Amino acid sequence: MIEFTMPSLGADMEDGTFVEWLVQPGETVERGQVVCVVETQKGAVDVEIWTPGVVEALIAEPGQTIAVGGVLARIRAEAGAPTAAAASDTTGEGAIREARSAPVARELAKTIPTAPAGARQRITPAARRRAAELGIDPGALTGSGADGAVTLADVERAAGAGRTAPVDRPAPARESIVPPAKRAPQTATDDARKAAMRDAIAAAMSRSNRDIPHYYLAATLDVEPALKWLEAHNAALPVAERVIFPVLQLRAVAQALRDVPALNGWYEDGAFRAAEGVNVGVAIALRGGGLMVPALRDADSLGIGHMMARLADLLRRARSGQLRSSELTDASITVTNLGDLGVESVHGVIYPPQVALVGFGRVSERPWAEDGRLYATRCLTVTLAADHRASDGAIGARFLSRIVERLKQPESLWES
Amino acid sequence: MGKLSPDAVHTAVLDCIASVAPEADFDTLRADRPWREQLEIDSFDFQNILAAIEARLGVNVPESDYRKLSGTLDQMLDYLLARA
Repeated sequence: MIEFTMPSLGADMEDGTFVEWLVQPGETVERGQVVCVVETQKGAVDVEIWTPGVVEALIAEPGQTIAVGGVLARIRAEAGAPTAAAASDTTGEGAIREARSAPVARELAKTIPTAPAGARQRITPAARRRAAELGIDPGALTGSGADGAVTLADVERAAGAGRTAPVDRPAPARESIVPPAKRAPQTATDDARKAAMRDAIAAAMSRSNRDIPHYYLAATLDVEPALKWLEAHNAALPVAERVIFPVLQLRAVAQALRDVPALNGWYEDGAFRAAEGVNVGVAIALRGGGLMVPALRDADSLGIGHMMARLADLLRRARSGQLRSSELTDASITVTNLGDLGVESVHGVIYPPQVALVGFGRVSERPWAEDGRLYATRCLTVTLAADHRASDGAIGARFLSRIVERLKQPESLWES
Repeated sequence: MGKLSPDAVHTAVLDCIASVAPEADFDTLRADRPWREQLEIDSFDFQNILAAIEARLGVNVPESDYRKLSGTLDQMLDYLLARA
């Protein structure tokens, strides 16, 4: 018997409020399947399971506050599944490690946009509720979310209600999932939710500042060639499919990480542990305050259009509270972009236990001298904040130089 | 072309912005400052707004003109009015 426990979804999460089950006793669950929804300080999260088997008993009830590592359900392992000993780690750490060391197969599966025929349909809770409200059969819909999950946007589109992309924006989409009577412990008003998120950010950042000896590096480059390359790429595309500049930045970071793996991973228990894949955490500011940093997986191997689609999907789901648990634990580095808010550069605070954070400032026209010529061109400042316990300045400098080189030669970004 | 009235374009544009940034408060928006900065519209939001405008007004804004639409709200309205 395997105990499915409350996962730790962030450096400082202590407990979570159970919202609802998406599976029934007796149901067979697959690896990576979303089985329940948990409300955390950072909002509602779709929790995945990583040990396949049959649901024996659902223990957690809606409204209960359960500590990290607390038992949510019991699963009967199927033949060939991991042993109970490996999976019933009550600290919850096992779940995180497993999520982080996700095998290539699962990652590849995630790049396939629709669920395989015959598989259980994946659907987000908000989407299921909305489908029920509208009297739509979600089984007839094709999902556009991760793993081919049917999202709220898909339902709205099917209903003919959603003409524009961000229909799933309205903030706490899960407000009414649980009957009010059962929701006593989490009568979370928007203000309370914001305060909780503020607390979570405060705790993680205080810990970072206390424990991590940061060092900072910066480099400025001429991004005119990259912007021109992007304009040419986008010229023939409809607005909705155009690639935005941050995709190139994320790609340059991902490729530089392949060259300098010493910054791709986590510092835990006094040692650096390298990540297997390149999963870049994207800092996403939420409207009305707060921050989420979900992982854009396999940023070093996705094609350009696919990468834009995945980023768009992450942004929408982060802002509508529909992220998955593994997305909150997989990131092996963070990228933040404050350029749209007009700042020249950002010297960030590392998200523990990661060991590096890359910051992009605004693109602005400046005088630039190169090859004996002086001219006006669009420039960008890239910064690196890195953990001196895990790397030295020379490594950081090499990493930053690789990012700059890639961005200066945009045609190299999607070369293998 | 200019087939639409300034009021119609104005209403359409505010609707499109609101569809992406529902909390946007147009009453406090300063006319002399860039609108995107005031409403915290990042490049992704901006693109979604342009997609909504394209669907509503039939104006396809090439990327090379993005900067012209990132100034004040009036500058954006003038640009769209001339093409709607």
